[in-house]
Amino acid sequence: MATFFGEVLSVYSRAVEEDDEDLDENEEDEQIRRELEEKREIHLHWNPEVSEFLRSGNKLQCSDFILAVGHNAARFLSVYVLTSANWDAVGHASVWNERSRPATVQTSGESACIFYRHKDNPSVLICQVTSYIAEDQLFQWAEKVFDCLQHRELNVTVLSDSSVADYKTADYLSSSSPPFLRSLHTSTFHGEPVCQSLEQPNIVTGLPAAVLNHCQVHCIAAVAYQCYSDITGPDSVTMETYKPALTKLGKSIELDSSPSTDVLRKFVKTTDIQSNLYI
Amino acid sequence: FTGNMFIASDNSSPSFKDFTLVMPAVAVGNVGQLAVDLIVSNLNMSRVGHIHTDCLIPMAGNNPYATCKDDAEEIHTPAEVYTAPELKLAVLQIRAPIIQTKNKKFRQLIVSWIKASGFSRTVVLSSSHAYRRDDQQLQGSPVRYLFTPSLLKVSADALKELGWREMERVPAFPGLTDADTEPRLCIPGGGITKGLYTDSCTEDLPLAVLLLFCSEGDNVPDAFTLVNHLNDWLHLLDNPSQETPKWKIPSSWSLLFGSGIPPALF
Repeated sequence: MATFFGEVLSVYSRAVEEDDEDLDENEEDEQIRRELEEKREIHLHWNPEVSEFLRSGNKLQCSDFILAVGHNAARFLSVYVLTSANWDAVGHASVWNERSRPATVQTSGESACIFYRHKDNPSVLICQVTSYIAEDQLFQWAEKVFDCLQHRELNVTVLSDSSVADYKTADYLSSSSPPFLRSLHTSTFHGEPVCQSLEQPNIVTGLPAAVLNHCQVHCIAAVAYQCYSDITGPDSVTMETYKPALTKLGKSIELDSSPSTDVLRKFVKTTDIQSNLYI
Repeated sequence: FTGNMFIASDNSSPSFKDFTLVMPAVAVGNVGQLAVDLIVSNLNMSRVGHIHTDCLIPMAGNNPYATCKDDAEEIHTPAEVYTAPELKLAVLQIRAPIIQTKNKKFRQLIVSWIKASGFSRTVVLSSSHAYRRDDQQLQGSPVRYLFTPSLLKVSADALKELGWREMERVPAFPGLTDADTEPRLCIPGGGITKGLYTDSCTEDLPLAVLLLFCSEGDNVPDAFTLVNHLNDWLHLLDNPSQETPKWKIPSSWSLLFGSGIPPALF
């Protein structure tokens, strides 16, 4: 569904689909379904060094795993962290679903889900996700990625974009003005989150939720910071909101606290106007 | 490994032997899920574990049953199990829709978990589209039940006392009298309800379905109706004065219809 402002939202009917139990599925249907399921599978592609390491039964030593979901979160990392040139791209995930465009499948170099590792401190891993991952792929993504990481001493930080329209509050006057952060953490996370906790009845969905679910049941310390913004495109103010979440990590991640305007411009102005109907 | 399992919250695995399990079916109006929320929050049940499965759409939130600031910060996942050991009661709450292609897999997962856990009986709280009722279903109370043969064996007397109505089987082709087509069970909008019931019949599991005909909208009153019927049978909440018990509303039910009105409007 598209809203008046053109954002695409996935909306459920609370009426539940009927059980199609009575439908007889023939062999051909079943084969099509199986092939489709195979095509929707998530594949992780690591660079030769890492895949060799993983193939021999090892897991990546990881003290901090930082996952950015959404354009602002991902660009925040690009601007404030990855510019320092101390990072190697070590792999990417390929995801195919109903929203994938044929072009993005072919140019795997421009994957929308990339993993980076710190050159001097290889136990810090960063992942930027800007592509759409479908609901049936989220669980698998979390399972496959965490299967590559050693769980002991692992700390997970998730940064994710959200629209302030999805934020529920009874009182507009006393609530924070966007963009603002809310946090949600697993039971084994013992740090002090840098912002207010996510209030009921607000929830986290999508990839951040899949990661939190996985970390909660596997006793991994994880915290998710959800940034509620009222701007849909990438913008520097929203990006800056994430800063406290990473300054907290201090020693393991070096934050370029005042990036040059050139760098910022590069990452903010990349959205091309596709239509001048809604400027 | 592929995680499709019950995972205990702490290291001790809880015993469900001879417990009654109450669970919702994700169905029209979310009535079963709302009713389960009332049970968990009013009986002060404690969480003993999660059902971690790829069949449910991931979601996470803070404590939906928080009563004060101190217990608000606690993460909750799409499917969790709660118990009240003194009542020999376990409750499975499901907070997310089932991924459509994985309906059958989820049903099988639940049935095998029920079998492995040794529950004495299972009650599924569900709902069905009110607009799909036929003439006979339109009359009287909107609540219906279904008991599997193995539960009927042990609960026939209690059932008689309750005076509930069984879910009617409907003709496959209404209006046509054909000797060949038997009336069949039909629960439109009920999600996995029918499949769970028929699976339990073949697996000889003692399982009851308690469902309500409803339409989408404000389904809070429907949840009260359903949970009161369940209470008539299981006596979860005491009501010595023979009145309908007073259920507290959990904190997660706030703002069910969106945020407050922005003052800038005026």
